Amino acid sequence: MAASNTTRGAVMSNGNGLEPSRLHSADAFRTASVGLQTRKLRAALSALGIMIGIAAMVGVLGLSESSKSDLLAQLDRLGTNLLTVQAGSGIGIGSGELPVEAAGMISRIGPVEQTSTISSVDVNVYKSDYVPEGQTGGITVQAVDVNLLETLAGSMADGKFLDPATATYPTAVLGSVAAERLAIHAVTGTQQIWLGGQWFTVIGVLDEFELNPDLDRAALIGLTTAEDFLDHEVVPSSVLVRANPDFIDEVTSVLSATANPQNPEEVEVARPSDALEAKEAADDAFTALFLGLGAVALLVGGVGIANVMVISVLERRSEIGLRRALGATKRHVAVQFLGEALLLSAVGGIGGIILGWAVTGVYANVKGWSVLIPPIAIGGGMAAALLIGAIAGLYPAVRAARMSPTEALRSA
Amino acid sequence: MTTGHPAPASGSDVVLSLRGVTKEYPTTPPVRALRGVDFSVTRGELVGVVGPSGSGKSTLLHIMGTLDRPTAGEVTVAGYNIDELSDKDLSALRARHIGFVFQQFHLLSGYTALDNVADGLLYTGMNVSDRRDLAHRALTRVGLGHRLGHVATKLSGGERQRVAVARALVGTPSIVLADEPTGNLDTKNSDAIVELIRQINDEGVTFVVITHNKEIAEAFPRTAGLRDGRIEYDSGRRHE
Repeated sequence: MAASNTTRGAVMSNGNGLEPSRLHSADAFRTASVGLQTRKLRAALSALGIMIGIAAMVGVLGLSESSKSDLLAQLDRLGTNLLTVQAGSGIGIGSGELPVEAAGMISRIGPVEQTSTISSVDVNVYKSDYVPEGQTGGITVQAVDVNLLETLAGSMADGKFLDPATATYPTAVLGSVAAERLAIHAVTGTQQIWLGGQWFTVIGVLDEFELNPDLDRAALIGLTTAEDFLDHEVVPSSVLVRANPDFIDEVTSVLSATANPQNPEEVEVARPSDALEAKEAADDAFTALFLGLGAVALLVGGVGIANVMVISVLERRSEIGLRRALGATKRHVAVQFLGEALLLSAVGGIGGIILGWAVTGVYANVKGWSVLIPPIAIGGGMAAALLIGAIAGLYPAVRAARMSPTEALRSA
Repeated sequence: MTTGHPAPASGSDVVLSLRGVTKEYPTTPPVRALRGVDFSVTRGELVGVVGPSGSGKSTLLHIMGTLDRPTAGEVTVAGYNIDELSDKDLSALRARHIGFVFQQFHLLSGYTALDNVADGLLYTGMNVSDRRDLAHRALTRVGLGHRLGHVATKLSGGERQRVAVARALVGTPSIVLADEPTGNLDTKNSDAIVELIRQINDEGVTFVVITHNKEIAEAFPRTAGLRDGRIEYDSGRRHE
């Protein structure tokens, strides 16, 4: 190596013959990963903070999106064109009841496609006539139209719904909760319940009504049956209306006056699908809350990374001194430590996205939802992780770069 | 500040020159570590600088190695007056013209001997395969051709210092500065490192070895004594 003292510097890139110090990007990446490789546990623990924060954010957004998609599918299935017309408390002028002909009048509104009357029957239901009168089980009796099941997009758990034939006999269909309370799990066709002082045969048990949960606690009988067997005067307590979805607002605006022209102010018109949407809005509020908590976790993770990086700079003073002796510029040192912070946060970010995805997947699976992770959660989560890493690594990186090489070497 | 500075004249024999170098640390009271040091090293020399603790040896090494600037005086390394160079230029000067050997070896613990030596060229912009080729050659040169893949922590003290010497040599620097290179070694390994340095110097590499051990310094062709920040004596070149 006789050439060891050969004066180089033929490349006049600095104006003084000195070729500047250079570090390839691949080498910059490698130097940035030194700390992670040599202090694996510490790196893993500091990345964990970021991981929890990102997992929380991805999970919350994923769950919110998945449940929303489930709700949309539910709304799609149930339709948003169902309206309920009920006798409200009013202001005390009218009778507080809907007119008997309400359903007939409503059905004459152009865009109304279907109406179904429900009339509350003021009697109780018992499993048998031996059950004391007070033990009603909170089950109501409702006289309903035979098209109720179709109108509410409901389904049967067992047996059959009322049809024009059975609706004239003492037969009953039980809501899901009512069936449970009366201990009727499967319909045999011979089970009888004590309803309004008479035996009624149970011909069907319903699934839950997603759009009208009140009916889950009811025993449903035909309107004619109610009149004939229970002397019930059919006054509609509510009328269910299916209307053309394009004219919902128009139908809504005229429903009160049509249902009860004398006292329109005593009529309450509701759209059950609104309740589901309101529920989703409430869920959105929770989503915002959890996102906030995720952001706090992310911030704490960032502080953790900053802490680890500050310690790392102090511990690795001799390495900083060595690198400066080998020709590293201040910038190279800053890039090394900033890169290390970014790598830590990137590892945490990727881990967090995977964890958040897994949590969403498991929960959505349990709930029977389809798994949906919005791209913004992944992109935003990774960007947030890197941003936090950059902020957390900036001060330690600048501190490392500003360290005097002689001080750094002396501290070894 | 750096423009117009001439590139080092290839014919010049002076690799390192210090003229009236003073270094004062702004402590209370201020400490004058170096007081008007005049010292120069020509190409191919092997100089031992010896002095007791507190004599200013480390400060001298840092200034010769451009890791620090003097308070007063002029320092020229490989033809470059460091007063005229920016911090970035000094990094470039160190990357291409100065090799360092430290008492504490300063090897990266998780890296192999080969990668530690290749890192001696990290900031030159050379690609990794060329760096490794040269590192392989440098390790063979210091007698560690069989230890290329060993992690630094698995090597003995003597071997670690050999790796450090190889790292200092790998970039074919104008000058190698060794700070107490035998300070952490037993006598046997210490003798071996001194012998290695002599051997490499015989091949033409310029060396300045800073030590507190008079015996070691005096085994070199030229010895300079440092006391209280001044060059107390300088034997000059004893052997050609």
